[in-house]
Amino acid sequence: MPESEQKLIHTFSALADIGQEVAHKYNFHEMIRTSFHLLLGSLAIMRGGIARYSRFGHELNFLAVRGLGDDFPVSASIDPADEREFLTAGMSAIEASQAKMLIFFQRYQPFVEKRGIELIIPMIVHDELVGLVMLGEKASGEPFNSADRAIVQAMARHIGVGIYQRNLLAELERKAEQNRRLYEEMRLTYADTVKSFAAAIDYKDKYTEGHSVRVGKYSELIAKSLGWSDERVEGVAVAGYLHDVGKLTVEKRIINSPTRINAKESAELSKHPVVGYDILLPIHHPYTDVPLAAKYHHERLDGRGYPDGLKDDQIPYIAKIVNLADSFDAMTTNRPYKARRPAHEVIEDLQRNSGKQFAPELVTAMFEGMLDELEGGSEDKSFRRLLGREYMEAEGIIPMLRNALNGINATGPLTLVASE
Amino acid sequence: MSNSAQAEIRREGETAVVYANEYLNKITGEKIERECRDKIAQGCSRLLVSFRDTEIVNSIGISILLGVIDAASGANAEVVFTDVNPDTAHLFETLGLSRHARIVTA
Ligand SMILES: [Fe+2]
Repeated sequence: MPESEQKLIHTFSALADIGQEVAHKYNFHEMIRTSFHLLLGSLAIMRGGIARYSRFGHELNFLAVRGLGDDFPVSASIDPADEREFLTAGMSAIEASQAKMLIFFQRYQPFVEKRGIELIIPMIVHDELVGLVMLGEKASGEPFNSADRAIVQAMARHIGVGIYQRNLLAELERKAEQNRRLYEEMRLTYADTVKSFAAAIDYKDKYTEGHSVRVGKYSELIAKSLGWSDERVEGVAVAGYLHDVGKLTVEKRIINSPTRINAKESAELSKHPVVGYDILLPIHHPYTDVPLAAKYHHERLDGRGYPDGLKDDQIPYIAKIVNLADSFDAMTTNRPYKARRPAHEVIEDLQRNSGKQFAPELVTAMFEGMLDELEGGSEDKSFRRLLGREYMEAEGIIPMLRNALNGINATGPLTLVASE
Repeated sequence: MSNSAQAEIRREGETAVVYANEYLNKITGEKIERECRDKIAQGCSRLLVSFRDTEIVNSIGISILLGVIDAASGANAEVVFTDVNPDTAHLFETLGLSRHARIVTA
């Protein structure tokens, strides 16, 4: 094979390989090292280096070097004037001997001269300086001719694209991380807002202190027992926290009346679900159905609830959960006109009203959650925390819950199993 | 015996003998350069790179051999490429590696 032809094939193979390398290597540093070998090996260049440019720090960081000595700096700062100079030069190789006007060159001249750097090639992609290639002498001792320059420029362009892609990816990852954090912050802010709303609602009603917060927690426990995802459980909890937000507009005197209220006052109080809906509707909630839960949390399966007297399958599922949680809390706490009822009575009541007021599968889910906690199946102690240990561990509760679970017909005539 | 999975290097007094095999042409060939640097640090004054089992040398291979030459020149050690086939010898000649290493054809 003629000498020139063999050399040409060798060089062009390197150029082809570098294209493959940049396009297909997923490991950035391996891609850089392989490309560096291909670049040096294509023309048998004795020494050199590839540096990535950081626009933020205005510095070059060397990713690969060969034969530049141990004292060669791993990073080097670049003056903005140099950056402009490199951008003007474009991708063309700059002779080290003609680069003396660069501040960069003046700063690092001892290294460049001592190590016999002959060519400096700025890597520019989309009008952006992404790095620099430095090349020393060829093994043959011959100077770089115009064909040689064309080759190394083409290879440097490939490497530059590889670095540019990596920068884009890093930027994308940074943005995604930023978004994730922002979303997390918003979620926390939302959760805080919800909690302070719940506190504001409960503050108005001195006899049912902590009611909204407890309804939130019971709703959460029911949804968990149904096996819902964390996000949906969170949504149900929020609906519980906010279900009585409409009470903020009801006169404090009516809410806090120590005796049973009259018909007019009752009518005033029963507006709170719709008022709550109106308050919550314009707010952008990260979860669906929060306003609907407020509007329909006093509806009953048998159609005897308010405000619309909806029946079973017309009632949004989330409202059924909040309704059960709300009633459960009303039964298990002291009210001005009624003392808290013992656990066995509450269980009986829920069982009896299952299919009339409450969705049977929700009562089942709640009982299962309680039983799971009492029998030590779960680490959770929420029911005991909310109701008190003595109350929850009253004699005969466990067999009663088991019995109740056997007795409830989860697909009673009035109930459609939720299509969740 | 040749083994393409890892660099084969052995030491005979002042001389280190390394077999280039095929992996010289891949990034894994960097191991050859590292081993040669180690042997020089241990006092070898002669590096013998055998191309007995090497058909062709690509650009990565050339770069790695330049690394071996660089390692040797820092310690004034001699580099010899042995069992080189005529085509590869020709390539070494053309690219100028013959100015830095003695080439012994097969
Ligand atoms: Fe309510």
